[in-house]
Amino acid sequence: MATTLFTRKPRELTYNPKRPVWKEKPSALYQTVKAVVLIVFSISILTPILLVVSTSLADTEQLVKAGGFVLWPERPTFEAYATIFKGPMVLQSLGVSMLITAVGTILALFVTITMAYATSRTVLFGRPVILAVLFTLLFAPGLIPSFLMIRQLGLLDSLWSLILPGIFGAFNFVVMRSFFMNIPGELIESARIDGANDWQILWRIVMPLSKAVIAVVGLFYAVGFWNSFFNALLYINDHSKWPIQLLLRNFVVQGSGAADQLGITTTPPPQSIQMAVVVVALVPILMVYPFLQKHFAKGVITGAVKG
Amino acid sequence: MNSTTEQAPALPEARRVPARAGSKPPGTGPKKRKGKAPQQSFRSRLRRDKQMLLMMVPGVAFLLLFFYIPILGNVIAFQDYQPYLGIGDSLWVGWQNFVELFGNPDFLHAFWNTLYLAAWQLVFLFPVPLVLALIVDSLISTRVRKIFQSIAYLPHFLSWVLVIAFFQQMLGGAGFVNNLLRDWGMDPIPFMTNPETFPLMVVVQMIWKDAGWAMIIFLAALASIDASLYEAAAADGAGRWRRMWHITLPGLRPVIVLLLILRIGDILSVGFEQFILQRDAVGAGAAEVLDTFTYYTGVVGGGWSSGAAAGLAKGVVSALLIYGANKLAHRFGEDGIFAKQAR
Repeated sequence: MATTLFTRKPRELTYNPKRPVWKEKPSALYQTVKAVVLIVFSISILTPILLVVSTSLADTEQLVKAGGFVLWPERPTFEAYATIFKGPMVLQSLGVSMLITAVGTILALFVTITMAYATSRTVLFGRPVILAVLFTLLFAPGLIPSFLMIRQLGLLDSLWSLILPGIFGAFNFVVMRSFFMNIPGELIESARIDGANDWQILWRIVMPLSKAVIAVVGLFYAVGFWNSFFNALLYINDHSKWPIQLLLRNFVVQGSGAADQLGITTTPPPQSIQMAVVVVALVPILMVYPFLQKHFAKGVITGAVKG
Repeated sequence: MNSTTEQAPALPEARRVPARAGSKPPGTGPKKRKGKAPQQSFRSRLRRDKQMLLMMVPGVAFLLLFFYIPILGNVIAFQDYQPYLGIGDSLWVGWQNFVELFGNPDFLHAFWNTLYLAAWQLVFLFPVPLVLALIVDSLISTRVRKIFQSIAYLPHFLSWVLVIAFFQQMLGGAGFVNNLLRDWGMDPIPFMTNPETFPLMVVVQMIWKDAGWAMIIFLAALASIDASLYEAAAADGAGRWRRMWHITLPGLRPVIVLLLILRIGDILSVGFEQFILQRDAVGAGAAEVLDTFTYYTGVVGGGWSSGAAAGLAKGVVSALLIYGANKLAHRFGEDGIFAKQAR
């Protein structure tokens, strides 16, 4: 079998030992096209991030000379950051975002873990009921009824309106549940024989075995809470309760004069102040990203896709 | 057909029960207390499962409060809903809201716009992650692969607000690219505000944010294709493209179909946050979709019932699309959603 390939293209083997014997070396054109696609895609992702970070760090002189944007700060300065943290709004909204992220993630994990465990073993009713419920979760209840519900509960302008609607995600639930279902039943059975009740089994046996998936799902929830913007637009009027994403939308995307509204008399140019706000919203995500990647690289998520 | 076994390699090794698919004769999960009588009385099962049921309480409460009751709340689409009267006392008006809606040019515009944008997305958005996955899968160097994946997954975790902010800084009227163009003595290009190219812009933004992430599922599916198939095909003289056509694509078919169905169910949402964020810049002409129409009519304008009617219309169409796509998938012999379990 291999002989035909050898006689046809003998040089393949020396080219790269990792290339399987049967795989022909791609043509130069094909190689180039692939490289160009990957490089262009990567650059298009990295450039805006670099641009924003650099601009937030650049000093006035360089910014004016460059006409508003720089790709590399020659004399990095933290003036813009010092300025945005002088006014109350950025700090306040950061506090709100951190609060809803922390409280929301903990509640969400509690609800998701208990629900996933309780449905991962056959109880009172069987699979068909759970599958039917899962199927309905493909649909959405609609914007207006959800809004009316929040209003009915008296949660308008309360931070709970940003937390409660997000504490259960169908996707996260499916991931968690299918992970629990793959824990050998014998483990749970033997714990039960030793006299453990369901809460103890969940706490002492199931959860320690599921640290990785709990970490991933927790991070997904946390990212979701941190990034949520539309709920705040819907439910929150009070400026002091704005999360950072809404602040970002109103001062950067809507492009109103950031500086005056943040209650600051500005010395660094408005451009770098806006960019500093962007970076403040960006940094927490960049910080958790390595953890996210490490865990989903293990395939927890992809394995459960078809749950 | 064997999607369970195909997905299996991606699961964490130790936790996997090898016989999972096989160990599921009719209706039994990993059932507890297997040895006992097969069908106990309802009351004794209730006693046995007491704690499990207790654990479901928070989740069920959530689903009721924020999912099922709001779904029922859609009845206001058939009412002349007045906030001070509530659902109980508001007048019932039958189909009137829908009749008015379909006579409303703004709604019809939003409706067609949604379909138009959805078509753009289906045609241009869907193939990109697949192509990226094929390229990444063909890379020999694991280092290049890892680096590219790290970069490509990142934008998925950024909020839409951040993404739009990035796009504005790069491509906006006073953005980086237009500054360069001016420096070179060319006219600036209104990338972000031109209603005509807006569908393209939306797709580009979606690709920027999520194409890399969508790749992950294809990569997992690619990794689960048996390498010996390729080897055998190569031995039989099949070249690169024939191998892709006869091995890779058939291997990916279940995943492609599943993703298409999920995508189609969601397609009328076309990217709500994107539109809310950019509607002011581009204008309602290009950026009004069903969801924004619902938001501006209902929440901003106070036309609760028309808003709910628009939302309900969208929900019903989406449900029909999911159902239809799933049926179609079965017709072509694919699993679709949840078919694996139902079998």
